[in-house]
Amino acid sequence: MIHFVLLISRQGKVRLTKWYSPYSQKERSKVIRELSGIVLNRGPKLCNFVEWRGHRVVYRRYAGLYFCMCIDEADNELEVLDIIHHFVEILDRYFGSVCELDLIFNFHKAYYILDEVLIAGEFQESSKRTIIRLLSTHDSMVEMAKEEATSIGNMIAQVTK
Amino acid sequence: MALSGMRGLSVFISDVRNCQNKEQERLRVDKELGNVRTRFKNEKGLSPYEKKKYVWKMLYIYMLGYDVDFGHMEAVSLISAPKYPEKQVGYIVTACLLNENHDFLRLAINTVRNDIIGRNETFQCLALTLVGNIGGREFAESLAADVQKLLISSSCRPLVRKKAALCLLRLYRKNPDVVNVDGWADRMAQLLDERDLGVLTSSMSLLVALVSNNHEAYWSCLPKCVKTLERLARNQDIPQEYTYYGIPSPWLQVKTMRALQYFPTVEDPNTRRSLFEVLQRILMGTDVVKNVNKNNASHAVLFEALALVMHLDAEKEMMSQCVALLGKFIAVREPNIRYLGLENMTRMLMVTDVQDIIKRHQAQIITSLKDPDISIRRRALDLLYGMCDVSNAKDIVEELLQYLSSADFAMREELSLKAAILAEKFAPDLSWYVDVILQLIDKAGDFVSDDIWFRVVQFVTNNEDLQSYAAAKAREYLNKPAIHETMVKVSAYILGEYGHLLARRPGYSPKELFTIIHEKHPTVSTSTIPILLSSYAKILMHTQPPEPELQNQIWTIFNKYESCIDVEIQQRAAEYFALSRKGASLMDILAEMPKFPERQSALIRKAEDAEVDTAEQSAIKLRAQQQMSTALVVTDQRPPNGMPAQPSIGPLSLVKVPSETVDSQNPGDQGLTHPNGVVYKEDPQPPSQDIIGDLLGTLSIEGPPGAVAQSPQSATYEAEGAPSAADAAALVPVGEESGSVQPIGNINERFYALCLKDSGVLYEDPNIQIGIKAEWRAHQGRLVLFLGNKNTASLGSVQALILPPTHLKMELSLVPETIPPRAQVQCPLEVMNLRPSRDVAVLDFSYKFGPTMVNVKLRLPAVLNKFLQPITVSPEEFFPQWRSLSGPPLKLQEVVRGVRPLPLPEMANLFNTYRLTVCPGLDPNPNNLVASTTFYSETTRAMLCLVRIETDPADRTQLRMTVASGDPTLTFELKEFIKEQLVSIPTAPQRPQGPAAPPPPVAQITAPPPAASQDPGALLAGLL
Repeated sequence: MIHFVLLISRQGKVRLTKWYSPYSQKERSKVIRELSGIVLNRGPKLCNFVEWRGHRVVYRRYAGLYFCMCIDEADNELEVLDIIHHFVEILDRYFGSVCELDLIFNFHKAYYILDEVLIAGEFQESSKRTIIRLLSTHDSMVEMAKEEATSIGNMIAQVTK
Repeated sequence: MALSGMRGLSVFISDVRNCQNKEQERLRVDKELGNVRTRFKNEKGLSPYEKKKYVWKMLYIYMLGYDVDFGHMEAVSLISAPKYPEKQVGYIVTACLLNENHDFLRLAINTVRNDIIGRNETFQCLALTLVGNIGGREFAESLAADVQKLLISSSCRPLVRKKAALCLLRLYRKNPDVVNVDGWADRMAQLLDERDLGVLTSSMSLLVALVSNNHEAYWSCLPKCVKTLERLARNQDIPQEYTYYGIPSPWLQVKTMRALQYFPTVEDPNTRRSLFEVLQRILMGTDVVKNVNKNNASHAVLFEALALVMHLDAEKEMMSQCVALLGKFIAVREPNIRYLGLENMTRMLMVTDVQDIIKRHQAQIITSLKDPDISIRRRALDLLYGMCDVSNAKDIVEELLQYLSSADFAMREELSLKAAILAEKFAPDLSWYVDVILQLIDKAGDFVSDDIWFRVVQFVTNNEDLQSYAAAKAREYLNKPAIHETMVKVSAYILGEYGHLLARRPGYSPKELFTIIHEKHPTVSTSTIPILLSSYAKILMHTQPPEPELQNQIWTIFNKYESCIDVEIQQRAAEYFALSRKGASLMDILAEMPKFPERQSALIRKAEDAEVDTAEQSAIKLRAQQQMSTALVVTDQRPPNGMPAQPSIGPLSLVKVPSETVDSQNPGDQGLTHPNGVVYKEDPQPPSQDIIGDLLGTLSIEGPPGAVAQSPQSATYEAEGAPSAADAAALVPVGEESGSVQPIGNINERFYALCLKDSGVLYEDPNIQIGIKAEWRAHQGRLVLFLGNKNTASLGSVQALILPPTHLKMELSLVPETIPPRAQVQCPLEVMNLRPSRDVAVLDFSYKFGPTMVNVKLRLPAVLNKFLQPITVSPEEFFPQWRSLSGPPLKLQEVVRGVRPLPLPEMANLFNTYRLTVCPGLDPNPNNLVASTTFYSETTRAMLCLVRIETDPADRTQLRMTVASGDPTLTFELKEFIKEQLVSIPTAPQRPQGPAAPPPPVAQITAPPPAASQDPGALLAGLL
């Protein structure tokens, strides 16, 4: 299973963390520190796997952003690499040519999208179309709620005018 | 840019990004935290929108790495908000901030449950996701039933059910009891008929978890898995959206094959056939293409297929196909494939007997040891370690030594430990072993743990032939201007003990030895001084007649240290000083250290303990244990004569182990490795050049200039806190000494004893005793193995496998998987002798005690003489027979030299115990001996054998032997058998056993506290 997912920028900034195994606050910071040290210092053209504390970390760099997933040694590394890329493709389709800034200002959406790809550290859905459809339903529900709120707000405003 | 729709949040994120340095960032964050905190305090004034915004801000701050120790309550409380936008934020933020052990989570159980059993599909999804991601035991107990209902409900849409499947998987991991096996197995099988591939993927993950614990209950799922795999691999009826780079869901394929690996076999021949067809298709049909993503996906499937083939232990042909594939993989340019090739080769080592084919890739694997990528280097090291055996140990260990000088610090300790273990286990001769360890210490002294040099001292002490060699080597190293302190310790110890053996050589006089050791004295730390003092005392003792000048020098040193602050040093100095004035009694007290009792190497034990329990590492462990018996033989007084296949004379070669016969059958298969036609074109493009690799290529352009200017700074401050890769050193020996199991008594001696008698103990260790009772009638025999559990806990995973040589037909009745506490299990074993042969059957026995897997290979005493019946023949019967068998191949004669001298009556006794009846009076010459016997096998039936031994009273170490029978093979085998018995009679133990060894005198005299002791003798005694 995937124990955690990390998105780290080339400068070592954390863009997303998701923990499927119970790590305490302290352990989480330690893991991030250690792994960014290891992953960011790896040169190009090396393999996408790093051995770390009896686990494997599968990572891939997209522009300035490193997507890392930590798995058990017995797991299938390439399968996880496919998951990373699948996730990136969905982000790309959702944001339309995604870039790091999209993920910074919409980090909450990135979390929501990740929840459609993984649950319990296991792969959930391989159809991009299904996921994108769900995401747009979700967005429209938020929009609807917002409009409702504004219309109620307007009504209140008109009434109290 | 501000897609978030929450202005306040976007403004805050921009502010943080615009901070010039870490300090500014902290100020801005602290300000915001204060703001959020006050807002939360007067919660009444917060609109749901504001609450949502602040909770997001908290998550963002938390992600930046700041402690957010408040506001958890607010996040959790949003879960119960009535509207979707707030509820959703509550669920996501809670799942990010908290982990399963958090108390606040309990507060949410009820709300979560209401959402799960409620009618709102969207809320169900949110709740299932949260529970799936951070649900703990309590969630498992209160929610599992509801989640199961959703999963099998026909009214739920796939989007809910796939989440329910993974949610249930999480709950099952937290508490396996929540899934009731009896009720659930059928449901699980039904789930595999699911048409929606999303639900099927999640269900398959669930199945993998379930079968990994209990495959028995889920047999009915096996054929469905094979069907699913077939459908995917043939791309039948797979919706376009479920293909990934043209490959039908690689994830589902991998999961399905993973599930199949938890079933021990596929019994149904039809299912088996279709499964192998699919696997064959995957193995053959996967090519390396330009698109890196397609490559990754197809190879994810391919590597899983390889694992499944290995698990199923497929036909030889398919196996060699796999090895051939892996052989190509480890040479391709694409680093991922190279890495996985090496990893899977290591896994392959344990599963099947393909070592010889893998060995052909040794050169390529050694090249990978110099790969620029440390991940690949580690895999190569592991593989080399796993594939090492007597035949290639020299090459591999020397490569490791060479690599040691240039290796990363992160790998050096592991590297030296592995080199030391391999050198010990597979040393073709012991002097080579000493060379290796000394080189190790010389090249990487800092990374050589004490155990390694203790072990070499132990070997030298126990092997007389080695002592002068080691002393000479030690002397050579001391000549070097700068040596590692560990080298000073070993050299001083060895020269102190054995330097006197070389006293006649130039440069080895006591005076010179003392001088060269003492030269190092100023450079060493206090931990080494006690060893130096012992060395000096020993040199002094060996100086006969005493040299006053040397004596004075050494006394001065003792004198000086008599007031040392270190108790250990002080005590030694005082005692040695006093002793050295006692003259003769000094000789007794400082006499050579006695031999150490034979034990399993502490190194190997530690390596085993330190290894994490993962697939391929446990493979190495397994192999290490299998080879334990070899290791014991190696440490025997007799150095092994290289290749075990070489016929040699001595107790080791009394019998041939049948595995050689198996090996010799392999070459036939080796030709089959290539024709499978899988083509691996090297990808000319580096992986990152792929189209999707450029997905975010626009990023640097879009980023504001501020971000670019900031990057070098932030890179520095982030890097400062980052630990170096060195912290990740993998194999650090731990101090624990327990956990491995030692045999009690000598396995070899037990075997030889059982060759002569029919009942006795074959093997014993602290957990189990294996007794044997045998009855032989003509060419048949019935053995009963008595497996006795000595413990008060039961022994699990008991497995007994008979590896019979070709001439024996053996059938072992069922061996139970567990032996109850203090119980004895009897397992009858039927033996039938087909042909005369000296090969010996081997019992491959393993069991699990607690976490330790114990595996031993034991020779079974179903040897040639068991099929002999003594028979007395009269001269009237003897002579016509003797004459009719006129010459080779029925009658063979040989002059045997190097016979262990025996008086004639004793030799006659020996023959009688091997069931060859000595017939006195047949030969007129009193120095000769004539014996007869009947040999039984299925092909020869009862066959009379006649033996004549002519001894030379002047030289009892040689004799002439003539053996005759009606079958050429029998004549030859019997002659060799008798020869082996005469040349070395392996019944009596050749060296004193454990209790006979007196306690080390030095330890007695100095009586050091064991923990503080630096004397290797005392330490070794404690360690081993």
